[in-house]
Amino acid sequence: MARATARTFAALGHPVQLAARDADSMELEKADLETRYGVAVTLHEFDALDVNGHEAFVDGLPVLPRIAICAVGTMGEQDENEKDPAKAVAVLRSNFEGPAIVFGVLAERFVNRGSGTLVGISSVAGDRGRASNYVYGSAKAGFTAFLSGLRNRLAKQNVHVVTVKPGFVNTAMTAHLDLPARLTAEPDEVAAAIVKAVEKRRNIIYVRPIWWLVMSIICAVPEMVFKKTSI
Amino acid sequence: MQLTGWGNFPKRTTQLTAPRTEAEVAEQVWQGRAIARGNGRSYGDSAIGAARTLDMRHFDRMLSFNASTGQLVAESGVMLADVIDSFLPRGWFPMVTPGTKLITLGGAIAADVHGKNHHIDGSFRACVDWIDLMGPDGSVTRCSRDENPELFGWTIGGMGLTGVILRCAIRLRPVKSGWIRQTMIPAANLDEAIAAFEDSMAATYSVAWIDCAAKGDALGRSLVMLGEHIEPGEVPPRFRATPFQAKRRRKKTFPMNAPGFALNPLSVRAFNALYFWNGSRQEGQSIVDWDGYFYPLDTILKWNRLYGRKGFMQFQCVLPKDTAREGLHRLMSAISESGQASFLSVLKRFGPQDSPFSFPMEGYTLALDFPRHPRAIALMPELDAITLDHGGRFYLAKDSRVPADIFATADPRAAAFAQWRRENGLAEAFASAQSERLHL
Repeated sequence: MARATARTFAALGHPVQLAARDADSMELEKADLETRYGVAVTLHEFDALDVNGHEAFVDGLPVLPRIAICAVGTMGEQDENEKDPAKAVAVLRSNFEGPAIVFGVLAERFVNRGSGTLVGISSVAGDRGRASNYVYGSAKAGFTAFLSGLRNRLAKQNVHVVTVKPGFVNTAMTAHLDLPARLTAEPDEVAAAIVKAVEKRRNIIYVRPIWWLVMSIICAVPEMVFKKTSI
Repeated sequence: MQLTGWGNFPKRTTQLTAPRTEAEVAEQVWQGRAIARGNGRSYGDSAIGAARTLDMRHFDRMLSFNASTGQLVAESGVMLADVIDSFLPRGWFPMVTPGTKLITLGGAIAADVHGKNHHIDGSFRACVDWIDLMGPDGSVTRCSRDENPELFGWTIGGMGLTGVILRCAIRLRPVKSGWIRQTMIPAANLDEAIAAFEDSMAATYSVAWIDCAAKGDALGRSLVMLGEHIEPGEVPPRFRATPFQAKRRRKKTFPMNAPGFALNPLSVRAFNALYFWNGSRQEGQSIVDWDGYFYPLDTILKWNRLYGRKGFMQFQCVLPKDTAREGLHRLMSAISESGQASFLSVLKRFGPQDSPFSFPMEGYTLALDFPRHPRAIALMPELDAITLDHGGRFYLAKDSRVPADIFATADPRAAAFAQWRRENGLAEAFASAQSERLHL
């Protein structure tokens, strides 16, 4: 998803900074963006879980980006997350704590500059906790709430915050799952939706509109009924 | 799962995976009888693995470009369309392109595709500098004209049966604009069409649409279309500011499988007559953009649905220069007498070709498509026999149905290829539904 998004922005001529735990692992992506679009690409080490290092990471970037996109996350296995506190902590921290803290740092820098856009990739799973993935879902719910608050706070300071809820996406994370085609977006679709959301300063987007409908229905079910369902 | 080629026939069961790393490719290869698949544009069963099919489209990174030599290094799942998107604005175009840009570089190499410039530039092979190929043990070998030349030779045109193509270096062609000066030559019959081709050997691009429904004196009437890249100054004024950009076209998707009766002899005959009449009116020169010139069908996504649920067959043969005239007459007569006119038929003059297993040879190639209708199926053995009688051979990227014995007789190189594959331990590792059908 991050890769498709980087490509879509690079195609528009944006220089790109790619950050991940292992910067060397992105050499191919760097080569691809440079070869395809002739844009400047730099690679940076970033560990979402190392929250004490986030300020140093942001201040170490060669330039403060105009648009920052956070596509960090891990789903884990729900049954393992239920039984193994260490796994649950990893899911909660990587989906919520890490992304929220680094966006907090970026937000400060953007406010000081007086401009910038933050794009957080959250999830429809955060709209309502379900038995099948509530550990992941609750972390995303936290991130969604954080983004919403941040947007509210920064609205008057020319810093925009976009919340992206992609729904199912055909990525490495979901390659082993059998997903319904109508509800599953390609990474390129997500990327195109993000670019449009940034340009039009949208607040919250569902990549495929059908997800808005699906989640509206799921959220409307009364809890006493909902708790007995299995979806 | 069940998988088909672009012709929607045949359907074969295979285990489809879409690896993201070389390690994941190797895991599949070790299990044997695997074949790599690109964008699924080969018509028949060549990109359906005998046991396992590897969708290589995640390997879609471009790795480097040298603007002084025009050499692009890219992973095999990169599409020709992406190459054009990235490099035409910088003044580069594929050296060789088939009639669709929705193919991967790996697929172009495996099928050794040809284009409208074969008579001058040869097949796709001509622009390939090197290939990184994964062998049966999962190791990667670079091959080129100097390094492992035998492997290089068999791999281009080897239909993925020599290993999994991971990366390649290809050379692009410098162009001054994205526009083509097209010269339309209506030919009243087959002899006129052949004469037009022979007179146009200096043209960069040449191809003919041929009317398979015409009979008698008009047998094989054609529209021969020549093309040249043009300078920015010749681009229509409206487009001169952005000379590499094609006209904007709305992409349409063919909505569903057409009913079986949509393509019947009458509608095909009417379409062909209309097409010829319309083309004849455009006799002479016109300026067309690259997308319309090279890829007219790409604007209708999923056009293969036109042929309905049962799918369609392609028949493409090449006849050597000496026997082509007589052979083409016999093929066209057989088709027009059968009443099974092909909807889209293409005739093209090939130039010399020197390669161990690629399809082209100097002469004429005829490409036809037929719905999978019993009468059309019954016509195929007749066309096969005429091809065989005239020393012709068949194009694997189009084939879904040539009998093994006919293929072996038409192309004695197949036996040598099969033997080379056995000797090098490739036969168990790499196999497609097609290779098992034709004993390659």
